[in-house]
Amino acid sequence: MSVTSVEEIKFSDELISFIGNWKNQPGNLIMILHKVQEEFSYIPRAAAKKVSEMLNVPMSKIYGVLTFYHYFKLEKPGKHNIQVCMGTACYLKGGEDLIDELENILGIGVNQVTDDGKFSIEAVRCVGCCGLAPVVVIGGKVFGKLTKKKLPEVLENYKDK
Amino acid sequence: MEILKMSKLNRKELISLREKIKKEFSSKAENGDTKIIIGVGTCGVAAGARETESAFIDELKLQNISNTTVISETGCMGLCHVEPTIEVMVPGMPPVIYGNVDEKTAREIVKSHILEKTVVDKNVFDKPAADIVYEDGSVSDYKQYRIVLRNCGIIDPEKIDEYIARDGYMALEKAVFEMTGDEIINEMKISELRGRGGAGFPTWMKWNFTKQVKEESKYIVCNADEGDPGAYMDRSTLEGDPHSILEAMTIAGYSINSKKGYIYIRAEYPLAIERLKIAMKQSRELGLLGDNILGSNFSFDIEIRLGAGAFVCGEETALLESIEGERGMPNPRPPFPAVKGVWGEPTIINNVETWASIPVIINKGGEWFSNIGTEDTKGTKVFALTGKVKNSGLVEVPMGTTLREIIYDIGGGIPNGKEFKAVQTGGPSGGVITKEYLDTPIDYKSLQELGSIMGSGGMIVLDEDDCMVDVSKFYLGFTIDESCGKCSPCRVGGRALFNILEKITSGNGVIEDLDKLRNIGATMQKASLCGLGQTSPNPILSTLKYFEEEYVAHILDKKCVAKKCKALITFEVIPEACTGCTLCALKCPVKTISGARKEVHFINQDACIKCGECFDVCNFDAILIK
Repeated sequence: MSVTSVEEIKFSDELISFIGNWKNQPGNLIMILHKVQEEFSYIPRAAAKKVSEMLNVPMSKIYGVLTFYHYFKLEKPGKHNIQVCMGTACYLKGGEDLIDELENILGIGVNQVTDDGKFSIEAVRCVGCCGLAPVVVIGGKVFGKLTKKKLPEVLENYKDK
Repeated sequence: MEILKMSKLNRKELISLREKIKKEFSSKAENGDTKIIIGVGTCGVAAGARETESAFIDELKLQNISNTTVISETGCMGLCHVEPTIEVMVPGMPPVIYGNVDEKTAREIVKSHILEKTVVDKNVFDKPAADIVYEDGSVSDYKQYRIVLRNCGIIDPEKIDEYIARDGYMALEKAVFEMTGDEIINEMKISELRGRGGAGFPTWMKWNFTKQVKEESKYIVCNADEGDPGAYMDRSTLEGDPHSILEAMTIAGYSINSKKGYIYIRAEYPLAIERLKIAMKQSRELGLLGDNILGSNFSFDIEIRLGAGAFVCGEETALLESIEGERGMPNPRPPFPAVKGVWGEPTIINNVETWASIPVIINKGGEWFSNIGTEDTKGTKVFALTGKVKNSGLVEVPMGTTLREIIYDIGGGIPNGKEFKAVQTGGPSGGVITKEYLDTPIDYKSLQELGSIMGSGGMIVLDEDDCMVDVSKFYLGFTIDESCGKCSPCRVGGRALFNILEKITSGNGVIEDLDKLRNIGATMQKASLCGLGQTSPNPILSTLKYFEEEYVAHILDKKCVAKKCKALITFEVIPEACTGCTLCALKCPVKTISGARKEVHFINQDACIKCGECFDVCNFDAILIK
């Protein structure tokens, strides 16, 4: 008798065909997990389970890979995940102040999500825009040369989205 | 472009295609068309290059000159501090590079520069670099030479014909039809090119070792896992000139008879990945990648593998694990990847910058390349110049250029009238270099002698406001987070070092801690399994060497001279300057500032969280940080 309580999860046709294409290629796990995260914005447990069945790879191995790499998320991020760059240039130019201020404004800590599910804060490694330091990335859009004062204005654009 | 019929070319067809494109481009220039080139690297786009582009399109339409003006896109021009950057070429006028081009300036440029032939002075910036060193090796007025970045900021990275027009795939053609594998390796040997990923191992030796091993399948890997926080040379190269990497890897494939290459690239670089994919598709269509390249018997293809945010995967044995879909844990060497690499087969691994130099070496010859640089290190190096410097950006200089030339002549010195303190090279694996060594000519050897390393090319300028203990703690915080945990010197040692730094910056350090830092650091250097652990104490050891007095001040005087370590500073009101405007009291998040209107205010130190809000909001400079 099965005691798994993991809910069924539906993969899009695109994802299923992507996994089909990669299934027999060696070293496919990270590439497939990237695609899963692209679809769900994180790796839900049920999705990991489904990948495990499709590839015939144990869950323990998938968990090992997921937790090794910072890029993979096990928790659902906010609708707008605010990535604050903590590369060296951004750190020196006040990246930490930006995190403090975001925590103040949103009332959540790093790696937490607001109650309405709208925002989450993430501290990330260099996004490679050091010339614009300090930077924050929201949904792929980079905001450069930010200051504490400019943050509310930036967030305003996302409040009703 | 329609002349590209997108079918596979043989050698002859490539040569005639190149001539045809070159002719077409030069006739366009003679035709009198105006050209606007917009930098659309990640930094450019972030600074608003797309909006600028739309403004140009719109204004050209309004002025009714859109049919005589060509807008094209290019990668990073290197002027990151004044993005968006554009270049305007009007017939009969010298080309002009503009920086800080927002929508308004874009419209101004159309009206003034293009229509009235008057340059918009306030936004003009110097051309950052000579394209490439002159044929005879002579020196131009520019401090910068562009070999690696030769096409960045010039060609449209999404158009293969622009790459071909600038002698793209000429080196591949030469290699496949005129050279043997050994001849190619010999040319690399003459060039004395050393790996630009950080360690500086002679590239030809890696290739030669791999070639010597008797195995059927061999692999070529491009390490594009640029993890040093504060470095983006590889991202810019890939975004601005993806074909140069494909061409170089294919040449290496030919030289050792490999059929397959992998580009291992950070998932955090979506634009670079996209441009690589486009480039790979184009070169496959033209028969420059895939089966029977240029009609020869040689076949080679490349696949992209994504990293997932693990700094340690820049270490080659960890990178191999990651390509294979595993946790990126390093392995002891030997065996080196040249013997046992991807899937246990012999593998050449080089980093992006190394690859980008190779087509030029094949085209111009190893000797030409070896004429540039110093006795110890040949060629050029790309640095991401950032931190407390006026003109932050990408610079490419010949080896032997001094730090002073880079920071002051190219970088414009320190902004806001602050004092230069040190420059950090090599990121979390490197160290600091102080004022007295600014005139050191840069190469692998000289930086190492100073206790730092070349690293991959991050160069971060620190000023008087930066605390050396805090900077060391920042780097160490990074490396302990990125330590894979496989070997204990790195896993345990790193944490122990971090705890000591934490103790010192919070005012609880004792003088014996300094010896502990040195001892643990030295052990980690010797006993760690891979480069990450071996080099992670470097930022501490080098700051201890040059700035020991700062550590001592933290410990004995409980003072942070840079006023960065919060536990060691206090905020106080200067009674003479305070006007009693109450602003600080209103803004204080913990309401620990008291005082009536028009009376001197007072900060209650017990409750102060040292957020600095009072300092930021005071209009009368009446808050003192002690």
